[in-house]
Amino acid sequence: MATTSSRRQLGRSVSIVGAGMSGFGAFADKDSRDLFVEAFQDLLDHLDQGMDIEDIECAYVGNYSSDLFEHQGHTAPIIADWLGMTPIPVTRIENACASSGSALREGIMAIASGMYDIVLVGGMEKMTNLPTEGVTDVLATAADALYEVPTGLTFPGIFGAIAKAHMDRYETNLDHLLKVAIKNHVNGSKNPKAQFNVTIRNLMERRVTRAEQRGQPVPDYNSEMDFLNDPGANPWIAWPLRLYDCAPITDGAACVLLVASDIAHNFTDKPVTIAGTGQASGRPLHDADELTSLSAARTAAARAYEMAGVTADDIQVAEVHDCFTIAEIVASEDLGFFEPGEGARALDEGRTALDGDKPINTSGGLKAKGHPVGASGVAQVAEIFHQLRGEAGERQVDNPDLEVGLTHNVGGTGGTCVVNILRKG
Amino acid sequence: MATETRPFNATSFNAYLTEDKRLMGVRCRACGMLSPEPRPLCRSCHSRDLEWHEFSGRGELSTFTCISIGPVYMVEQGFGRNNPYCSGIVTLEEGPRISARILGVDGNNPQNIRTGMDLVLALEEIDPEHPSLMFRPA
Ligand SMILES: [Zn+2]
Repeated sequence: MATTSSRRQLGRSVSIVGAGMSGFGAFADKDSRDLFVEAFQDLLDHLDQGMDIEDIECAYVGNYSSDLFEHQGHTAPIIADWLGMTPIPVTRIENACASSGSALREGIMAIASGMYDIVLVGGMEKMTNLPTEGVTDVLATAADALYEVPTGLTFPGIFGAIAKAHMDRYETNLDHLLKVAIKNHVNGSKNPKAQFNVTIRNLMERRVTRAEQRGQPVPDYNSEMDFLNDPGANPWIAWPLRLYDCAPITDGAACVLLVASDIAHNFTDKPVTIAGTGQASGRPLHDADELTSLSAARTAAARAYEMAGVTADDIQVAEVHDCFTIAEIVASEDLGFFEPGEGARALDEGRTALDGDKPINTSGGLKAKGHPVGASGVAQVAEIFHQLRGEAGERQVDNPDLEVGLTHNVGGTGGTCVVNILRKG
Repeated sequence: MATETRPFNATSFNAYLTEDKRLMGVRCRACGMLSPEPRPLCRSCHSRDLEWHEFSGRGELSTFTCISIGPVYMVEQGFGRNNPYCSGIVTLEEGPRISARILGVDGNNPQNIRTGMDLVLALEEIDPEHPSLMFRPA
């Protein structure tokens, strides 16, 4: 049908000129609005040529469930007020863990349409108010309440079922899952904003030290894998997924400033352009066409690649949605970086490590950086923004020709996926 | 099959399951699409001409997980870290897949649970207050 042609282009070019993040972690004294203010202040403090807040014309805020986490609905006007932006239009976008990925797209389209020139886009989530079972219940509301949730399937459970299907069909095994966690914690240890700014080796050593100090039996770990295979240190959550296969429960916020590309140089000499963007919907896992892949990711990626005029081979750095370790392996296949079933081998070969040919989740990913669900999509974009500008510090990808990066943000278990392709300049 | 007049929705799905002990979904008269989840519009051809279709309740286990950290309502039933439960995806013999609890398997020994095994609907186990699909090994 002509009306659903994938050959869509933006009406005009859109650039990112600034990015900010709150700390990611557990902050008992901060509500989501405080986190958003912190991210916004970080953005302003690092905006190369500064700006007048009054120039922001519109904002979109991704947020999954302040309703259930904080008993607060209608959060958008509160953000407007706390940032001193009332009465500009601010709209909350909810697409589960892809909320801010979708919010970003709304901001892109608001500028591309010609309606606005300067738009703030962000996301936030305050999750640590609730105990783990409560968070599990809230996250499960992203699945189908009629036909999935009553069967006891949880969010980790559905990804556990994907992992089992992937292990049945391909050579993926439990060790591969753990290696994703090890890799992403190595990257997270180089990210001062990460919730887990620490390697798994560090965590292992801490456990040994603690046992020694308390006079308890000292675990005999020869490697991180021994530690991760210790059910005391790494208990099952939803077999075949263990604690360290799961992104943590996180409070945090992130935001970026979008502007029409023709005025980007009023804000910075190093803008990053939205080269392509794609979003797609998908069905519950039981109705997915494959149990080992998220169709929405494949569709969103195809749209984004087409708009950007690039292929998977052109992507030099990527932030993908590793809400669970298996999700990173599946993402690396869905995005076309590796053939279906080859994601685990590519990981084994170090290709997705910071010094590999396809570095994935340089920020630490959701796994180590943290996963305040409504903020994650924009936090991924912030990481690629910093990478393409060469300002990612210790975790900077060592490639003088770094120009093209990608973000992959999944809502729920693949009901939504947003893929963005960013280009330096 | 008697003429079925219930509306195509989850209330009807659960009523069939708990009162009539039948797994009832829909079939599109225009294109043959089968869906165990009753819906008023065909998602394949967009036809509104659907009819109730009874599924046999036989299928096979396509993938599964054993959940140690469950939602509050499973914790209240005594499941947890020491007593994980199994849920998974069942491919019905008519073709479509559905999510379901898998009974009669040991959640503490997932390596002994075989994908591909034959399953049947465990109608007797369904709680009318909280209906959900449950299967057990055939
Ligand atoms: Zn049809």
